[in-house]
Amino acid sequence: MAMAALAAVRRCRVLLHGAVKSSFRGSPSQPRSYSAGRLSVQERIERKRQAALVGGGQKRIDAQHGRGKLTARERVALLLDPDSFVEYDAFVEHRCSDFGMEADHNKFPGDSVVTGQGRINGRLVYVFSQDFTVFGGSLSGAHAQKICKIMDQAMLVGAPVIGLNDSGGARIQEGVESLAGYADIFLRNVMASGVVPQISLIMGPCAGGAVYSPALTDFTFMVKDTSYLFITGPDVVKSVTNEDVTQEELGGAKTHTAVSGVAHKAFENDIDALLNLREFFNFLPLSNKDPSPVTECHDPSDRLVPGLDTLVPLESTKAYDMLDVIHSIVDERDFFEIMPNYAKNIVVGFARMNGRTVGIVGNQPKVASGCLDINSSVKGARFVRFCDAFNVPIITFVDVPGFLPGTAQEYGGIIRHGAKLLYAFAEATVPKITIITRKAYGGAYDVMSSKHLRGDVNYAWPSAEVAVMGAKGAVQIIFRGKNNQADAEAEYVEKFANPFPAAVRGFVDDIVVPSTTRRRICRDLEVLATKKQTNPWKKHANVPL
Amino acid sequence: YLIDHAAFRSRCCIIVSRAQYSTVYDHNEKVMKTCKKMGIKTVAVHSDVDANAVHVKMADEAVCVGPAPTSKSYLNMDAIMNAIRQTGAQAVHPGYGFLSENKEFAKRLAAEGVSFIGPDTHAIQAMGDKIESKLIAKAAKVNTIPGFDGVVKDADEAVRIANEIGYPVMIKASAGGGGKGMRIAWNDEETREGFRFSSQEAASSFGDDRLLIEKFIDNPRHIEIQVLADKHGNALWLNERECSIQRRNQKVVEEAPSTFLDPETRRAMGEQAVSLAKAVNYSSAGTVEFLVDSRKNFYFLEMNTRLQVEHPITECITGLDLVQQMIRIAKGFPLQHTQAEIPINGWAIESRVYAEDPYKSFGLPSIGRLSQYQEPLNLHNVRVDSGIEEGSDISIYYDPMISKLVTYGATRAEALKKMEDALDNYVIRGVTHNIPLLREIIVHPRFISGDISTKFLPEVYPEGFKGHQLTATGRKELLATAASLFVAAQLRAQKFLGDLRVSNTQQERRSWELCVELEKGVHMLGVSRSGATYTVEIDGDKLEVSSDWNLASPLLTVTLNGIHRTLQCLSRNAAGEISLQYLGTTFKLRVLSKLAAALSVHMPEKVPEDTSSILRSPMPGTVVAVSVKAGDTVAEGQEICVIEAMKMQNSMTAAKTAKVRSVHCKPGETVGEGDLLVELE
Repeated sequence: MAMAALAAVRRCRVLLHGAVKSSFRGSPSQPRSYSAGRLSVQERIERKRQAALVGGGQKRIDAQHGRGKLTARERVALLLDPDSFVEYDAFVEHRCSDFGMEADHNKFPGDSVVTGQGRINGRLVYVFSQDFTVFGGSLSGAHAQKICKIMDQAMLVGAPVIGLNDSGGARIQEGVESLAGYADIFLRNVMASGVVPQISLIMGPCAGGAVYSPALTDFTFMVKDTSYLFITGPDVVKSVTNEDVTQEELGGAKTHTAVSGVAHKAFENDIDALLNLREFFNFLPLSNKDPSPVTECHDPSDRLVPGLDTLVPLESTKAYDMLDVIHSIVDERDFFEIMPNYAKNIVVGFARMNGRTVGIVGNQPKVASGCLDINSSVKGARFVRFCDAFNVPIITFVDVPGFLPGTAQEYGGIIRHGAKLLYAFAEATVPKITIITRKAYGGAYDVMSSKHLRGDVNYAWPSAEVAVMGAKGAVQIIFRGKNNQADAEAEYVEKFANPFPAAVRGFVDDIVVPSTTRRRICRDLEVLATKKQTNPWKKHANVPL
Repeated sequence: YLIDHAAFRSRCCIIVSRAQYSTVYDHNEKVMKTCKKMGIKTVAVHSDVDANAVHVKMADEAVCVGPAPTSKSYLNMDAIMNAIRQTGAQAVHPGYGFLSENKEFAKRLAAEGVSFIGPDTHAIQAMGDKIESKLIAKAAKVNTIPGFDGVVKDADEAVRIANEIGYPVMIKASAGGGGKGMRIAWNDEETREGFRFSSQEAASSFGDDRLLIEKFIDNPRHIEIQVLADKHGNALWLNERECSIQRRNQKVVEEAPSTFLDPETRRAMGEQAVSLAKAVNYSSAGTVEFLVDSRKNFYFLEMNTRLQVEHPITECITGLDLVQQMIRIAKGFPLQHTQAEIPINGWAIESRVYAEDPYKSFGLPSIGRLSQYQEPLNLHNVRVDSGIEEGSDISIYYDPMISKLVTYGATRAEALKKMEDALDNYVIRGVTHNIPLLREIIVHPRFISGDISTKFLPEVYPEGFKGHQLTATGRKELLATAASLFVAAQLRAQKFLGDLRVSNTQQERRSWELCVELEKGVHMLGVSRSGATYTVEIDGDKLEVSSDWNLASPLLTVTLNGIHRTLQCLSRNAAGEISLQYLGTTFKLRVLSKLAAALSVHMPEKVPEDTSSILRSPMPGTVVAVSVKAGDTVAEGQEICVIEAMKMQNSMTAAKTAKVRSVHCKPGETVGEGDLLVELE
């Protein structure tokens, strides 16, 4: 009902808009005298609408372009399908009357944000795009209200929300109203979390309290060189901690994608970012009630991948690139990696199998032997929880020598952070397929979507070794102080450095020829498409944060 | 041809080699196929890194003979002799390179009573030594190169000899075959440099640091005669192979027969080749290489006492299986044919497909993992001999040959057309390869007319190879294909199966306005669609592009205004960047909607780093020497360090005169392509 009513309203609005335009344009020079008052309203409508389109005015638009950035509306136009954007609240103005803000020249129709809904490749999405040309994109009560409106509607109809952030921060003139506005948004971010996908694209400054909205969303992307995220800027940092740091170093794209892990990916410029966002959007279901999307696929689901048979090196100490495995198995080598520059010892991202979106998690033997540490556990956990929340099947490639030892890790709380990944895999009820390509040692074996954590289909490649630890370490413990360590090691390798101990116990469902992996996964996903599993009722679970 | 089972009753034949002159397991594959046909079991020997190589998988048994460095594996005679004893092999096929021309090895085999598939020790010894071979050739009334002289002890002697002969001279390792390690010097300084490089290479590749200096014949053709001789004093010449297209004295494109030889010259060369073979009591297959000048004078260069990389083209035009003939000869059978029975049927072309970057000195080695690999075997009259498959690693330890691609036709034009198709349909991903260069050579007017010499590449591309230069029509074809591909991908992105939440009110688009960037030119295109056919308007011209638009296939077969073309889509991303391989060369395009293109003027230009003050490794390899240290002042062109890759030493020089800020490499270190070596101030 709600949807139908909304659609009807929208149609009326569009029709009205069209009618107004044509009558106005049809006879601009001959105003009909008997309806002079009505015409003046039409004139005002048109003026306001025109004013809304130019935001803070041509001068500020030029300045925005001069900084290598597009305007709020240009961004929306690039992000959405042509002619699909339906704007809301173009007439909303801020309500502040202090500090001269009530003056006409300080009022901008639509205020400092453009909101509405539209389509990306035909699928519905709600968008807000902060307008830096109006008061530096600062957040007023009205600005917040506009964002809240589209978020509420997105929740009602079940469609993702994309935020294009470019804002100097709170509207200081409005004081607490601005802060209230932030909180209103935060609350909606939290309420929408796990209901509809939320994506933030940082395309300019985003500082102070404002950063918490992107932080609450599912994915945060940035634009290189022109976007910043920080709690306090370099000046405040200098006065408080006496550190000298540039904006870029403190909160630029590089910092957040490689060091802090706040952002999930960075793009070259506005256009690159928006086009990539369109591509990314195609991987996502529209809401938690929608299935993982399936697109037309030209890559045969039964394609063999001969290269995989020789990929894993014979020496278990030698590295290989897990991305080679992933690229060759997924549809058309198309893998949208999330956080490619952060905690590189784990690889996560979206791909498709026979057209259906899947989430891929893989240990990366090329970096730190693919061990699990604090950062990689957190990276993996958050990704797995997104997939589970939105019905995206999870495919896990395991080659993990264990958790990273050391004081840095223990002091940093590897126990509670490692638990997050364990928790995420255990909790997940979406289809879970696991392939052990080589090492699956110790507790890390349990963690990586093992059979014991309700893995639906668990495979081992012939090169798999499921054991408590590597042969050398194991022998040193079992045969402590004895001389025939070399023999013992050989015996251990013979016994455990192969897939059999796990296979005879049914902890892996089959030992598969690597080149057939794609075929197997595609078939399994078809079977698991109707999987239904629920966790016990709870208010909410208590993930070890 | 007749398969002679009785000819060889050995239980076992051992295959010794991986490649040095090429990734020769391609050759092994051939040998094994022939052995299988003849009912002979095979054993492959391999180094650690080759355990998964194709030749190892094909063989009935395999023995590991050591770690990757060739001196510890394929050149390790003790290990190989052990492998022979262990498997009870009765014959050895040495492949090429490594021990194939090593007389010491042949002697040890003879001592153990193991047959060596190839000529006997005496012939290897006589022909393996460049100086002795010329003396023998002279005695056998074979034309030899004037001004040829002796062995060299040091750089001063090299300079003295060079001056005696008169410049230009060429310097190479005595023990080396082909153009390996060959350097040309035009003055004393270059002679010293050539001496240094060649002697180092000789030591590392052959374990024999003797060198040879001789008169260099300018602008010659390289034409060689295949001979076959048995143990009963019979010998045949199997016509010639033209191998003039070379880069750094290594062959790139070969053909048989040659466009240049008339029947008289062919017979004269063939007869001299046979008389040389007879002079050394040669038995087995061998190749006599000649330099031929523009007046069809020919000079003996050397004799290769092994089966060469390019032997398949001779097989194509004569119908003989050379490997089978070699095995028969090794067993002592007389030749099956007479000279009159050796035909020239049709034309065969061979392209050597290398994992190397043709834009750098016509080919600097590249390494990587073959993420996708598909040979054009769907085409008729195409033969590909390779030792690799999808997933294979091309490592820095050996020469980077991927395969030899042979096409055959009733006429040369037919064989060349087939080669075009074969190169267009050859999918190689994961390593840089030389298909762009091969594809350009075979369509070059000078090559087509047969006007070639060993100087072909430097003459045709004096500024270095720059890839295919687009014609106006070619440009339009490329733009139209990219635009159509873009639209096809856009349309597919809207096809969600079984999803009821895709807009019904949005109308399917039928026309697009696109902006395509290609080689810094920007083109506005109009695209309209009907079914799988797109009509693209470029500058008033209309092109019809149709295809099945399979976006998963590496090959993109399109019909452009009725003309059939096979392109390859190498990459395609969300930002509209598309890489297309068109006529062999990869072109980078960017397709944007009109709106995105208009807005892109506001995008900041990112400044690429200044490369004149940093020296990066142009290829993966090992640092052999570093000639500078931090604080030194270097002159432009001064040597900074030497990188050895695939057995080639490459001198890295300073791009400007400056002080050295820091040195990031040291001798013995392994570096990857693009690794920072030295920073200048």
